[in-house]
Amino acid sequence: MSDKIYMTPNSPTPNRGMRFDATLCNGCNLCVDVCPTDVMMPHPEKHKAPIVLYPEECWFCGVCIEECNHGALSMSHPAGQNISVNWKRVETGEYFRLGMKNPPPPNLRPPSGGRR
Amino acid sequence: MTTWSEFVEQHGTVPEWPYPIHYDQESEIAADVLIIGGGVAGSHAAISAAHQGAKVVIVETGHLKRSGSGGTGVDHWHGACKNPCSKVTPLDYTMAVMESAHGYSNGIARYITCTEGWETLLECEQMGVQIRDVHDEFKGAEFRDDETKLMFGYDYRNRHIVRIWGFNLKQCLYYEMKRLRIGMYNRTVVTSLLTEGARQGGRVVGATGVNMRTGEFYIFKSKATIIASGGAGRLFSFAPEMTAAGAMSTMNSCGTGHAIGWDAGAEFVQMEQTAPGRLSGYGYAPYSVGNTSNTYHGTSIVDANGKEVPWFDPFGRELKTVEERFLPSQGQRFQLGIGIGLQMYADQYKWNDLPRDLPERIRRGEFQLPLYADLTRLSEMERRCIWGMMIGNEGKTRIPIYDTLTKAGFDPDKDLLQAPVMLPEAYQHSNFWGGTPIPHLRSLAGGGFLVDWDLRTSLEGLYAAGTSPVFGAGCHGESHTMGRYAARKAADYANDAAEPVVDRKQVDAEKERAYRHVKQNKDGIGWKELNAAIARVMQDYCGRYKNERTLTRGLSLLNELKENEGATAYAANPHELGRMLECFSLITVGEMVMQASRLRKCSTAYLDFYRLDYPQMDPPEWEKHLPMRQEDGRVKSRELPLDFHLRSPYASSYEENYARHAGQLERQGAPQS
Repeated sequence: MSDKIYMTPNSPTPNRGMRFDATLCNGCNLCVDVCPTDVMMPHPEKHKAPIVLYPEECWFCGVCIEECNHGALSMSHPAGQNISVNWKRVETGEYFRLGMKNPPPPNLRPPSGGRR
Repeated sequence: MTTWSEFVEQHGTVPEWPYPIHYDQESEIAADVLIIGGGVAGSHAAISAAHQGAKVVIVETGHLKRSGSGGTGVDHWHGACKNPCSKVTPLDYTMAVMESAHGYSNGIARYITCTEGWETLLECEQMGVQIRDVHDEFKGAEFRDDETKLMFGYDYRNRHIVRIWGFNLKQCLYYEMKRLRIGMYNRTVVTSLLTEGARQGGRVVGATGVNMRTGEFYIFKSKATIIASGGAGRLFSFAPEMTAAGAMSTMNSCGTGHAIGWDAGAEFVQMEQTAPGRLSGYGYAPYSVGNTSNTYHGTSIVDANGKEVPWFDPFGRELKTVEERFLPSQGQRFQLGIGIGLQMYADQYKWNDLPRDLPERIRRGEFQLPLYADLTRLSEMERRCIWGMMIGNEGKTRIPIYDTLTKAGFDPDKDLLQAPVMLPEAYQHSNFWGGTPIPHLRSLAGGGFLVDWDLRTSLEGLYAAGTSPVFGAGCHGESHTMGRYAARKAADYANDAAEPVVDRKQVDAEKERAYRHVKQNKDGIGWKELNAAIARVMQDYCGRYKNERTLTRGLSLLNELKENEGATAYAANPHELGRMLECFSLITVGEMVMQASRLRKCSTAYLDFYRLDYPQMDPPEWEKHLPMRQEDGRVKSRELPLDFHLRSPYASSYEENYARHAGQLERQGAPQS
């Protein structure tokens, strides 16, 4: 990363619609191709993760994540949506929310019908 | 390193546009049947037309694999009246809808869709969509038929609404289109319809479009054309920075089909009908918060102290058990479900719900906020069906809700899902993720092309399918079925139609209009600023309350946006150009809503339509359609009875009209289960 500070506009809101794991992404751009609103652009260098150019056009539908064969993508709901998803455990009365710092263990049950 | 800013900071340079630029270059594509809009209606239309032997081309703004409002899934299929377990006939269903809408709905589309909806769903099954509990996960459940393994929603006695595992439904349609070698044009914004002799009102012979990645210009030549595009979600409300995650339609929703049809001279009805923009994106991520509507129908709601909110039938009688929430009550033959494109329901067909005075009970302190959805109070089967079968298959729920929430630890067996904390009046509707209604935000609510029993528009060669372009038409399943039906009729027409002749002058004018935004002075505003201005005019001048002066002033201001800010607006690349051209569709749709609103000189609760200068509510002489179209650029209107579809030149019964028009079923071979 360069030490220079550049003049860049404020980041769009939301800052990004999804997150890439650079160690898993091979730059195949299947996610770029399937996105209904063309949020991402191929990286100028081959085999690199796409650039999220238009995050404010992201519909947060998750089809890019479904399309990825490498598990390189994850959903990043806008903070304003994460903070609104709250739940309370009946037995203990504990409060949880999406995006909290120390989340409870994941619920590993797959959806009905199973994946294809 | 995946955002634009990160790239700039690392490389010290702005990345170049990744696709080749082909501004002004044109390609001509010929088809028997051209389909504009590649959601579920358009995709099913493409498959149906190909089955008829037609050469098919489909054009889509996104990518056909997952595009459209239905592209990310569906969990239940309404009006499957002919499934073997249904106790509701197509006629019962159609009459219930028409009565609920007080006649302001589409009897043709309703009758067709509930007559052929089940067959259409079976076709989806053949393409690979799971529509039965084949893994016996729900064996013995009250909502399941153990013989057919079908599962039902809302009304477990009458069984006309089928729960399905539709998360991959759009991919199934896509692979079928590929198999049938349908010409697919993705990333293409359609800008106009081409008409014979460039005449407004003439036969439709094709369309023009611009590729949003390369800027290439397409001229589509077609014998028959089907409009299967979406609504206009960006018309009254434009703040994607805050709202896109919470909306049920994408940024591509800009009323293209309506706009190009209007410009070509097609006739429209009910464009004056708008609804509170409850779902326009100022709420919460769809299905992400506690509620008890639609997919969550039947869920128990408790308050902050664990006190349960009682359920009531539509006549105000309290329900004693959870099971009763899924059954019609005394005085009801059957219940209609929510999400069928109806703004109001007659009580004798309405679903059971939370108390209508819940806002007042909250104000009185009877229930303490926040409220919670308590799935643990349902049977294990019902809980798993709502959270695991329906949440997980409904649109925008597989990754955004099911995967995201379970990975974060949410467990419906153990946890209460909180409803948003809102103004008390926002709890009037049990669909809490819609958020607090914002009075000046409206959305289109049923206006579209006037169609006949062939789903043909008033223009020769132009058909319409889908719940946005066809007036008063339903939701997801209905879109498939209309696509399938309209394509049969369009292919049939194309069989005998003359070769389409495109007027070169019309193409050249359209090309000039399309490319000026990339060629002119860069001082102009961008598409987002233009879109926000359009939404402002619509909110201010065409909200729930309007009068002749606000409407005529609003029309002038839309025209100014077109001729002033819009004419000089600048697009830096093909993506921005596509979005810019969509803004001009939005302006046109805004004009249509205002023109239709001027024509209706009364107020009516049925259309949630209030004229301050004509305050009399529902005068009987105004209970009629007011079809409108353009001729030589001027608005022409006429009157049409609400039951026009059962009057001359049509037969007087639904069954007879359907028998005369549906046709082709034998030739196509209706699939068997």
